[in-house]
Amino acid sequence: MAISFEHVTFTYQAGTPMAQTALEDVSFNLPDHGYLAIIGHTGSGKSTLVQQINALLKPTSGTIKIDDFTITPNTTNADLKPLRQHVGMVFQFPESQLFEETIRKDIAFGPQNFGMSPEDANELADQMLTTVGLDISYAERSPFELSGGQMRRVAIAGVLAMRPQVLILDEPTAGLDPQGRQEMMDLFEQLHREQGLTIVLVTHQMEDVAEYAEQVAIMREGRLVKFGDVQEAFGDPDWLLANQLDVPRAAQFAQQLAKRGFQWQPLPLTADQLAEQIAEQWQKRGTDHV
Amino acid sequence: MSNFIFGRYLPLNSVVHRLDPRAKLMLSFFYIVLVFMANNLVTYGILIVFTLAAIFASKISLGFFLKGIRPLLWLIVFTVVLQLLFSPAGGHVYFHWAFINITQYGVVNSGYIFIRFLLIIMMSTLLTLSTQPLDIATGLSSLMKPLRWVHVPVDTLAMMLSIALRFVPTLMDEATKIMNAQRARGVDFGEGGLFKQAKSLIPLMVPLFMSAFNRAEDLSTAMEARGYQDSEHRSQYRILTWQKRDTVTWIIFIIGFAAILAFRRW
Amino acid sequence: MENIIEVKHLSYRYGKEQRPALNDVSFDVHRGEWLAIVGHNGSGKSTLAKSLDGLLPFTEGTVTVDGLELSPATVWQVREKIGMIFQNPDNQFVGATVEDDVAFGLENRQVTREDMIPRVKAAIEEVGMHDFAQREPSSLSGGQKQRVALAGIVAITPSILILDEATSMLDPLGRHDMLELVSKLRRDQKLTVISITHDIDEAANADRILVIDDGQLVQEASPAEIFALGEKLVDLGLDLPFTAKLKAALKKRGIEPPTNYQTMAEMEEWLWQSLSNT
Repeated sequence: MAISFEHVTFTYQAGTPMAQTALEDVSFNLPDHGYLAIIGHTGSGKSTLVQQINALLKPTSGTIKIDDFTITPNTTNADLKPLRQHVGMVFQFPESQLFEETIRKDIAFGPQNFGMSPEDANELADQMLTTVGLDISYAERSPFELSGGQMRRVAIAGVLAMRPQVLILDEPTAGLDPQGRQEMMDLFEQLHREQGLTIVLVTHQMEDVAEYAEQVAIMREGRLVKFGDVQEAFGDPDWLLANQLDVPRAAQFAQQLAKRGFQWQPLPLTADQLAEQIAEQWQKRGTDHV
Repeated sequence: MSNFIFGRYLPLNSVVHRLDPRAKLMLSFFYIVLVFMANNLVTYGILIVFTLAAIFASKISLGFFLKGIRPLLWLIVFTVVLQLLFSPAGGHVYFHWAFINITQYGVVNSGYIFIRFLLIIMMSTLLTLSTQPLDIATGLSSLMKPLRWVHVPVDTLAMMLSIALRFVPTLMDEATKIMNAQRARGVDFGEGGLFKQAKSLIPLMVPLFMSAFNRAEDLSTAMEARGYQDSEHRSQYRILTWQKRDTVTWIIFIIGFAAILAFRRW
Repeated sequence: MENIIEVKHLSYRYGKEQRPALNDVSFDVHRGEWLAIVGHNGSGKSTLAKSLDGLLPFTEGTVTVDGLELSPATVWQVREKIGMIFQNPDNQFVGATVEDDVAFGLENRQVTREDMIPRVKAAIEEVGMHDFAQREPSSLSGGQKQRVALAGIVAITPSILILDEATSMLDPLGRHDMLELVSKLRRDQKLTVISITHDIDEAANADRILVIDDGQLVQEASPAEIFALGEKLVDLGLDLPFTAKLKAALKKRGIEPPTNYQTMAEMEEWLWQSLSNT
């Protein structure tokens, strides 16, 4: 599903003395099957932005289009329910949304709310359990017996069970250990590649952005200050540093070498890209001097 | 939820804000007694002047108070109408049908009840708008201290109250987050019949309780690590000091009290 | 070197669980060092940290802190010597405001109010939160709350600071600031620091690293030795240092980098040498 924002502004508690503008005049177009990373400091409006995409928050002004759905300040909740089925949302620490007696029931909860029969939903639940890498034998267990990482997988399965076409992930790897983080990111990559899911990832992990994302949106104080493909967004490390954002390690490293006279085309952002360009120069050295 | 002013704190710098919370708590109580003692135009007039003066001194705009009354409006209207329609006979009868009597007595009485409601709500709103919840808790526990003699665990209660207040915003945020997560999974909060609404609370309440229990466990570990053994054997960082302005406020109130005694219809 | 903590044959089992959370763990902590404890989630490293402070009643083994053997009789004395910061910034903030929270530990120790006021003030200054002294926790960021937790520890002047994944819920900026503050406090207050972490930068700050897996101590070495393990680090519950990732990527392309651990600067130098000096 393609997503477009047109001059979207959002104010919390609009019209009260406590009013706070969280998004200001945000416009962008994300193509279908995209993989967008949204970065920026805590409080820059990232979470507010993604909550607009499945209309948990409606814009104070402006328009959001998600395929055939249009969200304006006047859209009613009844119109939005079908949209919520198409846009799956994984919140920060999603394990805190589990509540059913068994894991199967919890995963089946979402699809049933959108009208699926309990039998079909249960079947789907078992399927999703394997998708997120948990054994089918877990289905009858209580979600509260699991480890934190496993609970998170169950929560994600519960979102995937709604068969969304867009998957929003708000810092999905926070609090996991490195191996858990890696497995989680691989899972999303697989969903993106194999099932064509549009992914919107809110993250602080620049390495993940460089590794997985196709488009990048950079937020600052409620404004979208940069939008483009990864190379455009990260191609200027000095700009990132000036905005107190981390530069991917590979880019930092490449920049240090550039100071000694290395030429990069383009600036490598991941260890693999860096190694690729080093290998080329390595071979050139071989041919030059042999 | 955000429009609900009653029970909120508004940080301003005024005489009313600076009053000792103990003084404010006791005066609020005393004020309610005064409201129930007033029974004619003059005494209500004195109270209205009093209340407006207190609001003026707090630097909080009157609009805030009116907003605070709005959620309670139906309760007030209901009580006033009840009083109006069913008060016992007395004075001139304006209207009579079956068991409904609208009498002069009833009209006057319901007018007074309306004013009483208004005054009490305004003064208690003033108390919470001008006093941090923590100070109310400290004030309450300080006032409860004499209960130690009858073995009421006052310090433990005060600690519990203070922690509960401290976690109100945290749990409110958590509740909003869980509600959003469940709405994203297709739950419609506040829609459908009573049964459906009650049922939709389960996916909110279960996670909220789980989270509160987890937090409680973490918190108790952290408190123990920080040397907390029991509430009795601790010193106090935050203390309340009675100042001249508290005494002066009391004197004003006592004068008001005397005036109401003098002018009320006995 | 003098040991400030000695742990001998420590074992712990949660409730009726079959598998022990800690299984015969022994190690020493030297006075003044920064020790990192790493391992997977669920490896037992947090259990270990809590055991040192007497927060979990272990059944077997001994823990000696600054010459004092941990027992129900000595547990409160031991806690005088240890300050602990936990993972969730919200769940350790007890006071209603920043200064109340910093005072909490002092109140527990029945410090008089006259002594408390300057100590609270100084501690808040020390962590750079003086502009926030009257603030309520709901108006603070996670990183600021962890600073307040550190101030609470500065106020009671312990000799040991335990960070139990204290930076894992912070954003990169908050994490960076927190680590800098801990380094500063360690210098100023002569603290021994034990940090339980997955964060490679936090581990790199340490003098020594202990690796815990499945309740057992499996390795004890310097950061350089541990980081030289390369891709095996992920199995130990640590992230790969960037240079390890780059070496793996180079190897795949037929370039053989040196096998010892290199910092980014060292690797840059090596690459520069190899590519230009021929």
